[in-house]
Amino acid sequence: MTREQIVIDTSGPPSVPARKVADPRPSLLLGEHSLCPGCGEPVALRLLLEVLQELDIVQRTIGVVGHGCYGSFVRIMDVDVLQCLHGRAPSCATGIKRVRPECAVFTMQGDGDMANEGLQEVLHAAARGEKITCVMLNNGVFGDTGGQLTATTVLGQRTKTSLAGRDAEAHGYPIPVADLVAGLQGSAYVARGAVSTAGGVAQTKRMLRRAFETQLSGAGFSLVEILTMCPTGWFVPAGEGPGYLGGSLEQSYPLGELVT
Amino acid sequence: MTRELLEGSAAIAAAAITAGCRFFAGYPMSPFTGLLESMSRELPAAGGVCVNAESEIEGVNMVLGAAAAGARAATGSCGQGIALMQETIAEAALNQTPFVVFNMARNQQDYFQCTRGGGWGDYRTITLAPKDVTEAVAHTQLSFHLAELYRAPVILYGDPLIAQTRVSVTVAPQDHGPLPERDWVLDGTGGGTGRSRQVWTWAMGKATDPGPGPDRHWRAVADKFDAIAATEARFEQAHVEDAETVVVAFGTAALFVEYVVEQLRAEGHRIGWFRPVTLWPFPGDALAAATTGARRVLVFELNAGQMLDDVRIHAADRSAVRFIGGVSIAESGLAYGDLMDAPAIRDRILAALTGGASA
Repeated sequence: MTREQIVIDTSGPPSVPARKVADPRPSLLLGEHSLCPGCGEPVALRLLLEVLQELDIVQRTIGVVGHGCYGSFVRIMDVDVLQCLHGRAPSCATGIKRVRPECAVFTMQGDGDMANEGLQEVLHAAARGEKITCVMLNNGVFGDTGGQLTATTVLGQRTKTSLAGRDAEAHGYPIPVADLVAGLQGSAYVARGAVSTAGGVAQTKRMLRRAFETQLSGAGFSLVEILTMCPTGWFVPAGEGPGYLGGSLEQSYPLGELVT
Repeated sequence: MTRELLEGSAAIAAAAITAGCRFFAGYPMSPFTGLLESMSRELPAAGGVCVNAESEIEGVNMVLGAAAAGARAATGSCGQGIALMQETIAEAALNQTPFVVFNMARNQQDYFQCTRGGGWGDYRTITLAPKDVTEAVAHTQLSFHLAELYRAPVILYGDPLIAQTRVSVTVAPQDHGPLPERDWVLDGTGGGTGRSRQVWTWAMGKATDPGPGPDRHWRAVADKFDAIAATEARFEQAHVEDAETVVVAFGTAALFVEYVVEQLRAEGHRIGWFRPVTLWPFPGDALAAATTGARRVLVFELNAGQMLDDVRIHAADRSAVRFIGGVSIAESGLAYGDLMDAPAIRDRILAALTGGASA
């Protein structure tokens, strides 16, 4: 294009009025996620990153990520991250926080990670009152490996390893992690949210914010269990994920703040 | 630095703190317990943190976290406890996080465990085997240096005699030379800049700054262990030049073997001793040289014959190798049995010299 061809017509008003467009992406996201359509985890990630940004602690935050679909978030979260072994994130976070008390330290774990493999870790971290924030993304299945039964699969829920639905006689009862943690003296903030409705998303974000505020105040351990959709692992159409969550997981795991 | 009368565990704790260790986590298990107690007593005063972890698994993962955040960190246990830590030791080897594991073992049956490990992946574990408390103090400081130099876990393989013997020692700072820049440490400041850091076994990097990825990363880690094998093998030996018989032993057992061999030498036997100081990397080339010309290579270790494999691989003539050690544990299961005794070792060596094949 030559210089002569640039002509700016200022004789009339612009055809489209100038306006501010909100950035649809938090600036802490470095790229696109690779999770399935209808998955709730990217919503939870976004809430977490927005809270870090709003609290202005981005440059003193260290995340610890366990194993599961969300493990891929290591690549797109613009915060310092340790990817650790399945279940061990609360212990790793403990080590990090003890040597860097000025940092905000969080874990992101799934239900298989936290409730199956690492239940001991999170319970003891809570009992010790570690000043860390643990986030459990609970979809009631092992999503990464394709929809098998976890410790939080609700009674009656069909999975690849409970084809006729979870039966207490055969598979035991689901474990309400937030309730267990809430019973421990070191817990300063414990809540359970969901990302299946607009209201739930807003409420969950407030919970995450309070969890980090609790950590920063030095009051003790904080945990937010977030019910998320896994249509792929549940074998339901992507659009039906939120409804399925409301009818199954949410019935067993009531939403709300357990310790404040 | 003044000379102090200390139990081995306390001496090692003092050495670790002198070497800059500021985070320690462990779960009580004899004879490691004394080290945990010493660290819990001494580390806070040095500005550090010691956590009585709820299990070995939690302890070693706390240490992984602390080390990833930049602290010189250590844990420990023995035997079964180290077994529980293997998953994380392997992970740390592959994601290149340096820390020290004190295996205050009950005996010498942890050789395979220390040198082969039980985790997954193409990794090895640098393992130092001191022969007494004084050397354990030196090795403790060397362990932290090697861990950081190579960004890898290092095991110090002690035993009850090292952990629980009270000796007069001086714990002075050591200078092992320069260390690489620690630009990989997670300090939390990388966030929001597009250049945040990660410690990740898969090493795939951030979306905006892709890392090498697992294939190239794991090849590089394997190359690193090859380089360590070529440069960090340590050993001690005596009288091997003209020896018809070379006795190989490690750790405290080597101290006893050294005493007996020196005695036999003085009596006119053409005998020498060889001690791997690093069990991995095993000083194979040195052993080959030391055993060239020897008619017998005797291996004394207090287990069913674990280092024996490494000796057979490297001895100049593997048909000359004889095992003269054996499982030897006290009734308590927490200490060596009757074979850890100079006269008993002397009898076994003499039996081999006079034609006895193996025990």
